[in-house]
Amino acid sequence: MIGEIIDWFTSSANWQGADGVPTRVLQHLGYVLLALVLASVIAVPIGLYVGHTGRGGVLLVGSGNVIRALPTLGLVTFLFLLFTDSDVAAIIGLVVLAIPPILAGTYAGLQAVDRAVVDAAEGMGMRGGQRLWQIEVPIALPLVLGGVRNAVLQLVATAAVAAYVGLGGLGRYLLDGLAILDYGEVAAGAILTALLAIVLDVVLAAVQRALVPRGVRLAEAGAKKEVSA
Amino acid sequence: MLERRAFAADLDYGRAGPSRGEWAMGIEFRGVTKKYPDGTVAVDDLNLTIEDGTITVFVGPSGCGKTTSLRMINRMVEPTSGTILLDGADVRDSDPALLRRGIGYVIQHAGLFPHRTVLSNVATVPLLSGWEKRKARERAAELLETVGLPAELGKRYPAQLSGGQQQRVGVARALAADSPVLLMDEPFSAVDPVVREGLQDELLRLQSQLGKTIVFVTHDIDEAVRLGDKVAVLRVGGRLAQYGTPADVLRHPVDDFVAGFVGKDRGYRGLSFLSAGDVLVEDVPTVRVGSAPGESTDWRLAVNDEGEPRGWLPPSSTVDGDLSESDLLAGGSLYQQGTPIRGALDAALSSPASLGVVVDADGKAIGVVTARQVLDVIENHPQGVTR
Ligand SMILES: Nc1ncnc2c1ncn2[C@@H]1O[C@H](COP(=O)(O)OP(=O)(O)O)[C@@H](O)[C@H]1O
Ligand SMILES: [Mg+2]
Repeated sequence: MIGEIIDWFTSSANWQGADGVPTRVLQHLGYVLLALVLASVIAVPIGLYVGHTGRGGVLLVGSGNVIRALPTLGLVTFLFLLFTDSDVAAIIGLVVLAIPPILAGTYAGLQAVDRAVVDAAEGMGMRGGQRLWQIEVPIALPLVLGGVRNAVLQLVATAAVAAYVGLGGLGRYLLDGLAILDYGEVAAGAILTALLAIVLDVVLAAVQRALVPRGVRLAEAGAKKEVSA
Repeated sequence: MLERRAFAADLDYGRAGPSRGEWAMGIEFRGVTKKYPDGTVAVDDLNLTIEDGTITVFVGPSGCGKTTSLRMINRMVEPTSGTILLDGADVRDSDPALLRRGIGYVIQHAGLFPHRTVLSNVATVPLLSGWEKRKARERAAELLETVGLPAELGKRYPAQLSGGQQQRVGVARALAADSPVLLMDEPFSAVDPVVREGLQDELLRLQSQLGKTIVFVTHDIDEAVRLGDKVAVLRVGGRLAQYGTPADVLRHPVDDFVAGFVGKDRGYRGLSFLSAGDVLVEDVPTVRVGSAPGESTDWRLAVNDEGEPRGWLPPSSTVDGDLSESDLLAGGSLYQQGTPIRGALDAALSSPASLGVVVDADGKAIGVVTARQVLDVIENHPQGVTR
């Protein structure tokens, strides 16, 4: 088995052309990023609205749970039958999958902003928008980005379903490998998917570190120390 | 020879500051009622006039409507009925955000913005009001100094400050509005008692310079009495029980609720308002730490080279060679001349020699008082609890 995997990775044919690793990785990455952007465009504003106003929180948590319960493969197949277009079906399926973690992270981030801080912002004479962008969003950023990271991990793992409806990406290796009982290829597909997930998570962790304000990190560190002390 | 008189004028804590009343604003509650949507009546027909340039304290048990009353002034809460006038104008005629930028607001846990440095926290309102960034930061730096914080702290984040420092920053941020009115909702209740006392002193000192109209909320009657020019005691259900000077409220509670709330010690606490101007300060034999004490059948007060009291040497005690601090009995509390008589009584009662040590503003011992003398002064002031 190990030998088959090594053979697969060392065979130069697997690194070239339309079925080569670079192409498949880029395709996979393309699905993930497209779905992530679309899901963020939908989920972040809703999460901000609900978190800022406090209106509709119950509805939001409930619908998030419903979406999470949907089997992605079933959804994509259904969408494929509906639209008879594999790109649209796969992307919509992935977007639907990525919405709940981003929505939950954004909403939870705003909810977690200290009441006293929100109160002070209002009492200082900030208007709603000023309070949201100057105070709530920067403080909520760690949880918002945490939601994005969760979404990315799920997207990388699940983008493989695109292969079921005839698209590219790393899912191809799994599906094609299974079809010809080439377990080296199947394992290689799984390993590449896992590696992609890890690399993206590391990149996002760096982005998170760069974007989260220093004061917020210090406050978090302080809170942790208090809990453990 | 060492007979000295306390300065009664010092007792006034410098209430009449230089800018008092110049641009301060009065606040008037006219028949103000707040009923929350769930039916809770938090404030019931409140009628109250807050004079400009004074500290007015809303005090009462938890849930009596203090916060609600305060927050109706800057429209964080809208009254169900009634009117609140700020400098004669109905607050409802102002845009809420603009109104708030013109009213300082300090809350219990400071509510500092964790992602902003101390300096930019303090600069919040000037920046909201459209000041240039540089000017706002200069103003903020000045204010840090005003509230007694070193300038280096400006670069830190709130998480890097102690609770007491955070509260000071909260006060500085509220002062940045440069507004004549300051609303403070239990600003010191989350810090430990020693720090709290320091912050209270600081507030009184600030007020003596700034002469603002301060509305201060607390559930602590001691704090209310200490800070307030006027005290409004509220009872649960949001009704005003009594409104008057702290001395009035302590001496003449209008009913059992107020009497119960101000507590059993109110007679003793009332001494906080009595001048110690007539207490005679008597001479006391002293010995110097580090020199040979000789012999005596009297209690002797040990002082250091600066003349500061270090402890007591009991009568007829023998010391080998020079006096060291380990030969001494620990002293009681010190009474600083010019402060209220409560401190003089405590100094006498806590001293092992039954002699309360009186010090001057620099901490030098200038003599002693006995409890008997203090009580004589108190008894000769039947109307003594005044300010
Ligand atoms: N937003 C609110 N909704 C409903 N009831 C409230 C609200 N805020 C305060 N209350 C109630 O109003 C009463 C007065 O509250 P508050 O003004 O906070 O009192 P205090 O500051 O004296 O403790 C309490 O019974 C409290 O539970
Ligand atoms: Mg309160």
